[in-house]
Amino acid sequence: MITIDNISKQFGKLKALDGVSVMCDAAQSVALIGPNGSGKTTLIKCILGMVVPDSGNILFNEKNITNEWKYREQIGYMPQIGRYPDNMTIGQVIDMMKDIRYNNIAFDETLIEAFSLKNMYHKRMRTLSGGTRQKVSASLAFLFNPQVLILDEPTAGLDPVASEILKEKIIDEKKKGKLVLITSHILSELDDLITEVIYMQEGKLMFHKSLHQLHVDTGEIKLSKAIAKVMLNKVA
Amino acid sequence: MKSVVHVIILTFLFFSTNATTIRVGNHQLFHTINSALLAASDRDTILVEKNVYFEKNIEITKQIILKGIDYPVLDGEHTYEIISIKADNVVVDGFKLQHSGVSSLVDIAGIKIYNKHNTQIINNILDDTFFGIYSQYGINCIIRNNSLNAHRTEEQQSGNGIHCWKSDSMQIIGNTISGHRDGIYFEFVTHSIIWRNYSFKNLRYGLHFMFSNDDAYVTNRFENNGSGVSVMYSHGVKMFNNYFKENWGDAAYGILLKEISDSYIQGNHFEKNTSGIYMEGAVRIDVTRNTFKNNGWALKIQASCMDIDLHENNFIGNTFDVGTNGSLVLNKFDKNFWDKYEGYDLNKDKIGDVPYRPVSMYSMIVEKYPSAMMLFRSFITSLMDKTEKVIPSLTPENLKDNSPLMKPLPL
Amino acid sequence: MKKIIKYVITDILRNKIVLAYTIFLLAISFSVFSLEDNPTKGMLSLLNIILIVIPLISIIFSAIYIYNSAEFIELLVSQPLKRKSIWLSLFVGLSSSLSIAFLVGTALPVIIYAFSITGLVMIVIGLLLTIIFIAIAMLATLFTRDKAKGIGITILLWLYFSLLFDGLVLFLLFQFADYPVEKIMVVISAFNPIDLGRILILLKMDISALMGYTGAIFKNFFGTNLGLIISFIIMLLWIAIPVWLSVTKFHKKDL
Repeated sequence: MITIDNISKQFGKLKALDGVSVMCDAAQSVALIGPNGSGKTTLIKCILGMVVPDSGNILFNEKNITNEWKYREQIGYMPQIGRYPDNMTIGQVIDMMKDIRYNNIAFDETLIEAFSLKNMYHKRMRTLSGGTRQKVSASLAFLFNPQVLILDEPTAGLDPVASEILKEKIIDEKKKGKLVLITSHILSELDDLITEVIYMQEGKLMFHKSLHQLHVDTGEIKLSKAIAKVMLNKVA
Repeated sequence: MKSVVHVIILTFLFFSTNATTIRVGNHQLFHTINSALLAASDRDTILVEKNVYFEKNIEITKQIILKGIDYPVLDGEHTYEIISIKADNVVVDGFKLQHSGVSSLVDIAGIKIYNKHNTQIINNILDDTFFGIYSQYGINCIIRNNSLNAHRTEEQQSGNGIHCWKSDSMQIIGNTISGHRDGIYFEFVTHSIIWRNYSFKNLRYGLHFMFSNDDAYVTNRFENNGSGVSVMYSHGVKMFNNYFKENWGDAAYGILLKEISDSYIQGNHFEKNTSGIYMEGAVRIDVTRNTFKNNGWALKIQASCMDIDLHENNFIGNTFDVGTNGSLVLNKFDKNFWDKYEGYDLNKDKIGDVPYRPVSMYSMIVEKYPSAMMLFRSFITSLMDKTEKVIPSLTPENLKDNSPLMKPLPL
Repeated sequence: MKKIIKYVITDILRNKIVLAYTIFLLAISFSVFSLEDNPTKGMLSLLNIILIVIPLISIIFSAIYIYNSAEFIELLVSQPLKRKSIWLSLFVGLSSSLSIAFLVGTALPVIIYAFSITGLVMIVIGLLLTIIFIAIAMLATLFTRDKAKGIGITILLWLYFSLLFDGLVLFLLFQFADYPVEKIMVVISAFNPIDLGRILILLKMDISALMGYTGAIFKNFFGTNLGLIISFIIMLLWIAIPVWLSVTKFHKKDL
């Protein structure tokens, strides 16, 4: 579904992405893992067309995304830090997004219901806590029933209840055959969510394996431990 | 007996010199003016009835009164000079003259006075004549209440309205002149008066004045002329109570003064002229009680002028009050009202306590570099003027009005 | 694109600065006309506002707005929208709301107090300058992410167009006083929209004769229909070129 072919990106002196190639298919749930500044967010932004790679191609459904915009209808994106126009209320933001993304699909408002955002529709974005913003971001990502979900640190800042709700939703969507791309630091919560692992370091793709393969290779059941083992091996 | 003969002779002489009146018209003995002129003798009156006369040139060599009834038309057929006056004491009154000849070699006029005196040209209408009324060596002539209108568009093919050359003691009164090259033209004319004329929309000057001393022009209106009014190379000129209006153009002036001395400019109104008065080489001029309103430059005084005495004038709404090209100032400004004055009057004597400097820095720059006019009304030039007011450096130090009035004079 | 424009405009109008700007312009215009008994003098004062205040407010407000909308822009870019239409929507939104402010604040008093050809030319020039400086501001914001730096750049740009450029022209005039530079001046004026606008307005105010020989050259160029069309095309180019440059630059920008 998404094919990333040898892309590189440089910000000034920093090499954010260095010849990264990845392939993801529908019904996969991919964890994008790596230390801070390893290029995870840049990779995601490249897929979304927010950052233009210096070289390499990104194909979405076999089509190059350079100068394309229509493919983003298939993507729901939840940013690491959701930033919205300060003067708008939650209700206005959601209405606006519905307005500009309207494409004859029934809206999926399960998260809005579950987070009971409707009670807070009148609140202005600048008054919201980080957690509430995340709730808005998550609701917006799932609202349009997209084929691909890109979630950048989805549970950061969410309280445990909301976090659980979101996880349930992710699992539901995966079951529907959607491609889910998640970055997260909290490896423990990824265990029951993902099927594949991509590990990045200093802008390079270290490995891309299925969770099963990783278990076999490392002999660990827990993802966190498996990764720790990998990292130690690398260092060694 | 001898005395009886004398009486008879004298009586005969009296009757023969006594004026008779000859009528010209379709139903009269004389059908043409020229035939009547042949029959007339000095002091006769020729009355011309209303008709259109194609007389070619009418040459008046006798001292007669030629009078039209209801404006008979004299047509010059675009070829001839219509009336040539070659006798003293002639009166031409009440005609409509049209279509004189045009020539680049001879100054063909509607009515021309040849070296004669005491001629009166009154109440005539001149339409489409090359020169209108022309006096050459005329003395003590009156040109009054005539209306002159020409329709030329090129200066080269156009003559002057009232043209006086080497004349003396002329009275030009109450004429209306438009569409000529110069409305009124004076060259080597002395002791004459130009009074209550209206000269407008002439191609070059409303009044053109050269080498003519000791003349006065009073209560005339000069509007919309190509270049305004020009007074040059003369002395003893009195300019009183005239209106100079809307002489807009690249080189248009209310009055252009060039090499003028010992003259008076008083009680005039200068409105909406590119330059109200432009002075070059003017000496000892008294400029008093004039109103300068909405002109580009109220005054342009070149450094070649001296002893210009400007007092009790009103300066209102002019873009620039005074422009000059040098730092030498030998002229005096005193007790004028300047609407741009921003001073104060603490002792309430109606005279501002700080002097007013009528020359702005930008006007100095424009004088030197005319292209700087491109920056007219731009932010930088107004900043420069403000700075210059605080710290004068470029503008002439002693060009100032030491006692500016706080309120305009009632003029 | 219409939808984004709608959201940009509602967002700007919700911003009280535009309202304050409108009231400020209204207050100045009305006081200028009611204090001066002569409408022509009022027009001259308004000329200064149009040539100085309007470019300043347009350029600074637009820059601040673009910087403050960074989040909004980021949000929009991640959505299925063309970048070009996002950027153009911002431009159209800013232009229309500031133009409305100008029309209400300045054009309305002019129409009430001094309706004439000069007044109309002034309104058109004021509108064009508003939009030109929005376009310039939007281009300038793309050169730095730092808001303070970006606003600094726009203030410098304003200073350049309203003061420094004319200073340079004056300097050139002094240097080349002995050469016939009038025709070159016509060309040079095209490089500053404020100068071009000022000359177009002044020519309509019938002050051209004041400019003497130089004025004649200006009149012979700008006074003719062809000259008028060319100068308005140049003004439109002052909008089109910065907009085009900023659209291409925004197209490649990383967010």
